[in-house]
Amino acid sequence: MALLTFKGGVHPDDSKRFSKDKAIVEVKPEGDLIYPVSQHIGAPAIPIVEVGDHVLKGQKIAEAGGFVSAPVYASVSGLVKAVEPHFTPAGAKVNSIVVENDGKYEEVVYPKVKPLEEMTKEEILNIIGEAGIVGMGGAGFPAKVKLSPKEPEKIEYVIANCAECEPYITADYRCMLENPEELVGGMLAVLKLFDNAKGIFGVEDNKPDCIAKLKELTKDNPRMEVLALKTKYPQGGERQLIYAATGRAIHSSMLPADAGCVVDNVETLITINRAVTEGKPSMERIVTVSGDAVCEPGNFRVPFGISHRELIKAAGGFKCEPEKIISGGPMMGFSMFTLDAPVTKTSSSVLGFTKDEVARFEPTACINCGRCVDACPSRLIPSRLADYAEHHNEEAFVKQEGLECMECGSCSFVCPAKRPLKQAIGSMRKTALANRRKK
Amino acid sequence: MLSENKLKMSSSPHIREKITSGNIMLMVVIALLPASGFGIYNFGLPALIMLISTTLSAVLTEYIYEKLMHKKITINDFSAVVTGLLIGLNMPPTAPWWMGALGSVFGILVVKQLFGGLGQNFMNPALAARCFLLISFTGQMTSFVYDGMTGPTPLAMLKNGEVVDSMKMLIGTIPGTIGETSVVAIIIGAVFLILMGVIDLRIPGTYIATFIIFIGIFGHFQNPDVGFFDPQYITAHLCGGGLMLGAWFMATDYVTSPITKKGQLVYGVLLGILTGLFRLFGGSAEGVSYAIIIGNLFVPLIERVTLPKPFGKGGEK
Repeated sequence: MALLTFKGGVHPDDSKRFSKDKAIVEVKPEGDLIYPVSQHIGAPAIPIVEVGDHVLKGQKIAEAGGFVSAPVYASVSGLVKAVEPHFTPAGAKVNSIVVENDGKYEEVVYPKVKPLEEMTKEEILNIIGEAGIVGMGGAGFPAKVKLSPKEPEKIEYVIANCAECEPYITADYRCMLENPEELVGGMLAVLKLFDNAKGIFGVEDNKPDCIAKLKELTKDNPRMEVLALKTKYPQGGERQLIYAATGRAIHSSMLPADAGCVVDNVETLITINRAVTEGKPSMERIVTVSGDAVCEPGNFRVPFGISHRELIKAAGGFKCEPEKIISGGPMMGFSMFTLDAPVTKTSSSVLGFTKDEVARFEPTACINCGRCVDACPSRLIPSRLADYAEHHNEEAFVKQEGLECMECGSCSFVCPAKRPLKQAIGSMRKTALANRRKK
Repeated sequence: MLSENKLKMSSSPHIREKITSGNIMLMVVIALLPASGFGIYNFGLPALIMLISTTLSAVLTEYIYEKLMHKKITINDFSAVVTGLLIGLNMPPTAPWWMGALGSVFGILVVKQLFGGLGQNFMNPALAARCFLLISFTGQMTSFVYDGMTGPTPLAMLKNGEVVDSMKMLIGTIPGTIGETSVVAIIIGAVFLILMGVIDLRIPGTYIATFIIFIGIFGHFQNPDVGFFDPQYITAHLCGGGLMLGAWFMATDYVTSPITKKGQLVYGVLLGILTGLFRLFGGSAEGVSYAIIIGNLFVPLIERVTLPKPFGKGGEK
């Protein structure tokens, strides 16, 4: 059978070899921890602690600021030192709760939870919402909202996004290898919400060991299936994954639920599993540290709020001065200007590069070669859209479906003229979306 | 000690594929070498002088223009080399070298630079230059001397209903322009470009297929001695004239062909029909150059009607 995939996309070197064989190492933070109140899409959380308060690990320090929002929990015990704006990895300045770590890691007593079989759907959803779980693959959409579609009985597939198509990142890979039971447990909990749904694990075929493990674990469950997907970027894009797994195509203004699907990333499901089985909130994650400037690339279990500086130290520091540091993957991550930014719910990796490939090339004139058209998974004409964006021609941009772009960056990656296509399209998209909301 | 104020900031993606526009153009130059080499072997020293003259003057024109206009010098992207070399390959070996040089100046200065430089020209500069010379120096541009004899090209003979030697046309030991005679040499270059991912079969494939169908049907009306889909007649048409050089190296020019995938198919069909029309019913035996530059003019229109539908909105999955 042909491998499941989508049309378009690119094949960057996956560069996972640097960290894929490194077992997850737990990192205990030493310095202050910074918890931005906005680590998710939606309304910022509202701080419920004050400067001077003593907090415990697992204690709620900010509550959801609305329906589409998520609470924030302390990941260490210590003293609330300040509530002030701090830079996030994406470069935004966000109000944050700063906790001085007392090094004792005193934990709250987590609420007792019923066995999954006895829980109602509502109880499961409330636990997930209360635990502050958001999409940990990068988007940060509150999990409870995602799992509450209008017609839950119409959901036919719950897809675990195990693609991890970004180069370098191996956090999900290590999770699948080391804790596949937790992943399957998370899937069990989510499947309980959707009576008519089948659980699908979509894994890129560059992780055969994970595919084998998951297949072994799910072989007795008729409601679960493991699918091998072709290794191609952006296979983990929501629309691409849904298409590869089910053959259903959705566009930008549709939700996965419109195609009868719910998609959740590996760590999100693992965190859901912990919330429903142990009553633990979302307060840590696995982060890959890699790149040629890093001494000992690896995968680390870190509490939210730890600074990137400490994280890099855990990986042996930099062997030489990096020219670029990226939070997230090289295709969609953010370049960082300060290592003081904390690890948040959506930080999947931090990469240090000695040479910046972007700065090495000067953009030249478009030669109309059409490589961006071949690469675009949304079937757009990126070079034209970028032209419209550069000329502030919003009307033509919208008319030629510029809003369908998901900013995967495949066009910029392949462009032989080294044009920053995604950047131009992305900024025009923001403007156009803002103007559309105004109307 | 990490100096964070030296960190580079940019929008994602942070990695790039290695290929550059310069690499692509260089590969086209390499792909043209077999045809150039055969042209020099077939026509001797004048061919070499012509190729050097057109290539050098194309590069020099670009350099001088950009220098005078205080623009960034772009001769290292090899695109002027490609244009210059193609102009040379489209010249009869007997034409004086200055005529080729004049063509290069016209192609680079008027067709390419005055319209904004690389990527902005709406017409293939090499073909526009050839047509400019064809109109200005019709006699010298259409007289072909081979083995010391002035005679018609096989294509002209074909049009007059004479018998031609297809084998010679395949290898290229026939009169014609410097680079167009050897089908074998051109195909070697084209296969290289396909293998390197520089071109694909969409345009040349539909172009040649449409042309075969067109002359297969209408060849009979132009010359009643020719049957429908007469294999010998079709082979001679495929191997004669500038069809192969045009289909593989000039119709595939990125700048002047549609960027949409469907548009490329439409464009190929259009070129096939136009070439067939010109060759069978036009005044001259040759028709590829005019077919392609007229095709160039239709590109914006073709693109407009072949815009792809986005994924999830009825677009190709």
